[in-house]
Amino acid sequence: MASQSLRPPLRASNVNVFSRRIKSNIVSGLALLATIIVIAPLIAILFYLLKQGITSLNWNFFTKIPVPAGESGGGMENAIVGSGVVLALASLIGIPLGIGAGIYLAEYAGSTRMGNLVRFTADVLNGVPSIVMGIAIYALIVLPQKHFSALAGGVVLGIMMVPTVTRTTEEMLRMVPHAIREAALGLGVPAWRSVLTITVRTASAGIVTGCMLAFARVAGETAPLLFTAFGNAFQSTSLNEPIAALPLQIFVYAVSPYDEWHRLAWAGALVLIVLIMASVALVRYVTSRGMLKGAS
Amino acid sequence: MGVGIKISDLNAWYGTNHSLQEIQLDIPANHATALIGPSGCGKSTFLRCLNRMHETNPIARVTGKVLINEVDIYAESSPVEIRRRVGMVFQRPNPFPTMSIYDNVASGLKLNGFRSRRVLDEVVERSLRQSALWDEVKDDLKKKSGASLSGGQQQRLCIARALAVDPEVMLMDEPASALDPISTAKIEDLIFELKSQYTIVIVTHNMQQAARVAENTGFFLMGKLVEFDSTHKIFTNPRDKRTEDYITGRFG
Ligand SMILES: Nc1ncnc2c1ncn2[C@@H]1O[C@H](COP(=O)(O)OP(=O)(O)OP(=O)(O)O)[C@@H](O)[C@H]1O
Ligand SMILES: [Mg+2]
Repeated sequence: MASQSLRPPLRASNVNVFSRRIKSNIVSGLALLATIIVIAPLIAILFYLLKQGITSLNWNFFTKIPVPAGESGGGMENAIVGSGVVLALASLIGIPLGIGAGIYLAEYAGSTRMGNLVRFTADVLNGVPSIVMGIAIYALIVLPQKHFSALAGGVVLGIMMVPTVTRTTEEMLRMVPHAIREAALGLGVPAWRSVLTITVRTASAGIVTGCMLAFARVAGETAPLLFTAFGNAFQSTSLNEPIAALPLQIFVYAVSPYDEWHRLAWAGALVLIVLIMASVALVRYVTSRGMLKGAS
Repeated sequence: MGVGIKISDLNAWYGTNHSLQEIQLDIPANHATALIGPSGCGKSTFLRCLNRMHETNPIARVTGKVLINEVDIYAESSPVEIRRRVGMVFQRPNPFPTMSIYDNVASGLKLNGFRSRRVLDEVVERSLRQSALWDEVKDDLKKKSGASLSGGQQQRLCIARALAVDPEVMLMDEPASALDPISTAKIEDLIFELKSQYTIVIVTHNMQQAARVAENTGFFLMGKLVEFDSTHKIFTNPRDKRTEDYITGRFG
């Protein structure tokens, strides 16, 4: 006796096809709806910023430093440059430290005590409110130096980047298949070299994404800069002096009583968002240009 | 020139699983030696003990002696040095996914500090020709990644990558398992040709293949080397009853 089959018999049925099509449409409809719900706030914010800020965007905005209240023709050139300086310094500190720690966690520490300690520290650091980070760096750098500085601003943002970069780097490296590492070792490549070239390279797309995420997150930070970079009404690129930054300038203008300054704050917010999006897009473009057909 | 391999009292473990037991074997230089046996009997493990890949697994352990060209690879040499001389084609193809086809083949040389473009070009072409992949990829060498190839093409890419570093011994773990008959024939031709320069150890589940390419064959069963002899002897008149059962398909 043949055992009874669990498989339903195959039969032609138009009803089935019809109902399946409906179900399929419902599911893709729901997915589309969810997408719209997610994207809508982003679009709304961008649209509102455009509406409020675009009228104050002119050549002066990008080429002039702020002017006293009541006068017109001021801009945020110093804040744009200042943000560039602070963020460059932050990336210089945060990205190598974060990637290094991520490599250590994924390739060397495993689940040793030290590894878990580093992981725990990174997660805690990630949860520390940014204003507390600002105060900490204020105590560690600003107080001993007796003045605010771009250096302190870069350091605080750089440290804030570390946990995100560390954890994404670790995750991405862990996803590299064991077989790929074996391939490198099998060619007689020393382990450290295989990690730095083969493993990191295989995970590079994900690591870059992590760095961009961390960058975009700290680019808009205001609170920690209040205690470190402080802001500067004049042009400065010195690491040893207080420096202006877009979020600081936006904050100062937004809480001021002047309408003109309010409009400038909107324009500053618009420029900040556009600059963040542009730098993320640029890095994505540059890194994807090196990608090959079919590279995963 | 290839070099001989003398294996004595070789034991290997994965955790508490004693996967290789007291292996004694002399693999002659400049010959192809086939390893056969049922799945899980330890063929891959044995191969991985010959270039110290076994120890890359944190739960793995190995004891015994492996002399390659009279050098005890476990006592007198570093794993990195050994793996440069003893090339390996793994059971599952493992090309570098983010590298181009060209870079995959050149990777062994490049990672060891070799830079001359002209020589690299030459080596890449020769290796890909030897592994019978050249005609299929010559137009996309630097455009396509190793991961974009089919399974069988990846297998041949990995063969080319191993050949490019010009080892003395070549360990091949089922190098033709995903290949069509034509590519398989090309790989077998390659093995034939390579014997003048390399010592070859090849794991295969295909008895005809063993008979075609290898002078000697070893039969593994449950972690032990049951019988080792000339391929002709193993396939026509084996000494051990278990070998006979296996090759005649009466096994299990
Ligand atoms: N990474 C591993 N971790 C734990 N045990 C392993 C590992 N690899 C192999 N083993 C065990 O070692 C034994 C020998 O395995 P091995 O891979 O050498 O077999 P094989 O002869 O190559 O089989 P196949 O023909 O299927 O490739 C098996 O019992 C297997 O379960
Ligand atoms: Mg195997």
